[in-house]
Amino acid sequence: MIVYGVALLAFCTLLGGYLGDMLGIAIGVQANVGGVGIAMMFLIIMSNISSKKFHLSPMSESGIKFWSAMYIPIIVAMAAKQNMVVALSSGWMAVVAGVLAVVVGFLMVPVLSKIGNGKKPLTGDKS
Amino acid sequence: MIDSLEAVLIKNGILTAFLFVGVLVWFSYWFSNKFTRGHLHGSAIAITLGLVIAYFSGLITDGSKGIADFPLFAGVAVLGGAMFRDFAIVATAYGADIDEIKHAGLAGVVSIILGVVLSFVVGAVVAVGFGYTDAVSISTIGAGAATYIVGPVTGTALGASSEVIALSVAAGLVKSVLVMVGTPFVASSIGLNNPQSAMVYGGLMGTTSGVAGGLAATDPKLVPYGAMTATFYTGVGCLLAPSVLFLIVRVLFPD
Repeated sequence: MIVYGVALLAFCTLLGGYLGDMLGIAIGVQANVGGVGIAMMFLIIMSNISSKKFHLSPMSESGIKFWSAMYIPIIVAMAAKQNMVVALSSGWMAVVAGVLAVVVGFLMVPVLSKIGNGKKPLTGDKS
Repeated sequence: MIDSLEAVLIKNGILTAFLFVGVLVWFSYWFSNKFTRGHLHGSAIAITLGLVIAYFSGLITDGSKGIADFPLFAGVAVLGGAMFRDFAIVATAYGADIDEIKHAGLAGVVSIILGVVLSFVVGAVVAVGFGYTDAVSISTIGAGAATYIVGPVTGTALGASSEVIALSVAAGLVKSVLVMVGTPFVASSIGLNNPQSAMVYGGLMGTTSGVAGGLAATDPKLVPYGAMTATFYTGVGCLLAPSVLFLIVRVLFPD
């Protein structure tokens, strides 16, 4: 049943959102900390054990895959509702700060990507 | 006749949004094939067009929600809102490789913390360069260079002026838009072509909407990895900016 996949996806997203809020409260910030990331971990773990006890039929899977495929259209809708006027007209300082932050970020990607590459992670992670 | 058509479209706002996005995406892929022979990816064009439409809509309506400020397109705000965005991002994780995530785990964590600190420093330096000398304003603008959520959260916590908070939101918006549009252009030169670098990229950039849009336009297969780290960034930013980072700024710029 397609709805099983959709329901599982909703369950993971809601649980992640809840735990993210809880985590935010626990560390005392007014924000959701990693809710979506936590939800993704649940979904990944569930999809990795699916072959054993907990089997998702191809039909149920298509309920998740549909929303995965709707991702780009949703991002396009998100782009179309941005407050672009403020982004472009708040004066040079906001633009300079935003642009430089992005440039520095881009430059650091190749540097940090090397961490752990080809060698064991430095933490006690058993992976 | 026109009135009742409009009534139907407004009453079924989300369906109108599906139609709007469908047409926009269709046009973008057609344009991509016809005029760039697929070099400029259809989704990149669609996202850019979405931003352009948002800009002109904002000029016309004076609102803050882009095209969604037209009653006819109010559904776009729902479809493009946090609920559906998060739902679809989580869905992309289905089938992601758990070993890749473990492998990049350490680099991912380092990138989130470094990403917050670097953005904050860049924003703070720019604020000083533009003449701000009080620690609260400098920190708020620095936080805004992290994301447009970290900025106002920090500014509110520290008691910054509403003008400075607005500026911090603007800096965050500029960042998010630039990440969305710029990522496909720099992807190959920064090695953004595997799950590990995508996780690092998500952690360094941090803006969920920017990363989500940027990766969608670069390689949709990388989306779950980048989104995974990016969603922790705002939380870490809200934790560090008004506390440790602000205290450091206050040492450098005492009242």
